[in-house]
Amino acid sequence: MEHEEVRALAGAWLDREVDPLAQGEIEAHLAGCAACRAAVDGARGFSAAIRAEAEYFEAPPALVARLAAASRPALPARPAPRRMAAWRPLALAASALLAVVLAGGIGYFSSLGGPQDPLVQDVVDGHVRSLQAEHLIDIASSDQHTVKPWFDGRLDAAPPVRDLTTEGFPLVGGRLDYLDGKSVAALVYRHRQHPINLFVAPLGTSGAGPALATTRQGYNVRHWVAGDMSFWLVSDLEMTELAALEALLRRP
Amino acid sequence: MTGPDRAVLFEQAVLPHLNAAYNLARWLTRNPDDAADVVQEAYLRALRYFDGFAGEDGKAWLLSIVRHTCFTWLRRNRPAELAPLPEEREDGGGHGIDPDDPETLTLAARDRALLNRLIAALPPEFREVVVLRELEELSYREIAAIAAIPVGTVMSRLARARARLRSDWRRLCQAETKHGA
Repeated sequence: MEHEEVRALAGAWLDREVDPLAQGEIEAHLAGCAACRAAVDGARGFSAAIRAEAEYFEAPPALVARLAAASRPALPARPAPRRMAAWRPLALAASALLAVVLAGGIGYFSSLGGPQDPLVQDVVDGHVRSLQAEHLIDIASSDQHTVKPWFDGRLDAAPPVRDLTTEGFPLVGGRLDYLDGKSVAALVYRHRQHPINLFVAPLGTSGAGPALATTRQGYNVRHWVAGDMSFWLVSDLEMTELAALEALLRRP
Repeated sequence: MTGPDRAVLFEQAVLPHLNAAYNLARWLTRNPDDAADVVQEAYLRALRYFDGFAGEDGKAWLLSIVRHTCFTWLRRNRPAELAPLPEEREDGGGHGIDPDDPETLTLAARDRALLNRLIAALPPEFREVVVLRELEELSYREIAAIAAIPVGTVMSRLARARARLRSDWRRLCQAETKHGA
């Protein structure tokens, strides 16, 4: 074998990917050619440098958690129905306490096993379900005047609907969903290709409680009450971006 | 296969390879958010087509879906990066290894940032074979299956990618030496 041919095959030879015949010829050539041997050593060193120095990007934990949740649609069976009456006084007590402690008016706290925990789980489950079942929207429209009437015949209280395209959060559509076993409106927004679910329920049916910002299974969740409606935002967006959307939605 | 069994089998086949999936997507999209989106899309697609998975090699199967999703994403979002590869002989002569000062090359290869920049600057078709070979240590046959190209094409793309990395490397090192002098 000539120098040229040996050098063309050297990479594959180092990868142990040449056939036995070529392998024998390459090795015979290398045994008698110092220049090619040195070149092969250089190539070996360069490959080793790539292996040692090239970045290996590991999957972020939040992504892994999100995906693990997505592959378990049918699991597990729901726990017994929860009674709102049991936790609402607790939630009110917690918010009163917070109001005292956080005189600065920071109304959010992270719920870790708090009274709203089951609802947070419901919200995240609803979000994941909407993504994987390809049932994100029943009514596809970015026109708030189309989406709102669609809910009118389907829910006792239609949610306020607001398109925020100019603010970077286009409205994609809406669908009916369930929260705490009750029908609620789900509005879908998008930001940088990330879908965002906004669950809206009338107060007294579902999901009222102190304002909240928390993370569950890699999803960020925000909750607040305005007027006589309870709002839940959920997405894999950064919490700061979700907070920006909340601020836009809460504008008078 | 019913719900829970299917979910468990799927997770056993796929979850252990999420790092490989993300690493490939991260190198091909060159952006953490886009890589996460692509991996999520590929994962959901894998979940949908899991019944077509014969149970042989979960890693290669997942990576082939990730790879396909990446290139679809590139076509949609970065079409300029998918310009046709230059003809075999147009990108600087032979693609064999170079006999020119291998010593310097090896020593200077400790410059991590520069090396990573050079890999990131390769065309996606070259970048993927480098990542799959050098970082995942897959065989040419496995890479061929993932990238849906013949084994011979894997061999030539890898040789060209390495030759290009080495010549870019040498050029930049020489430029730096001149500046330093």
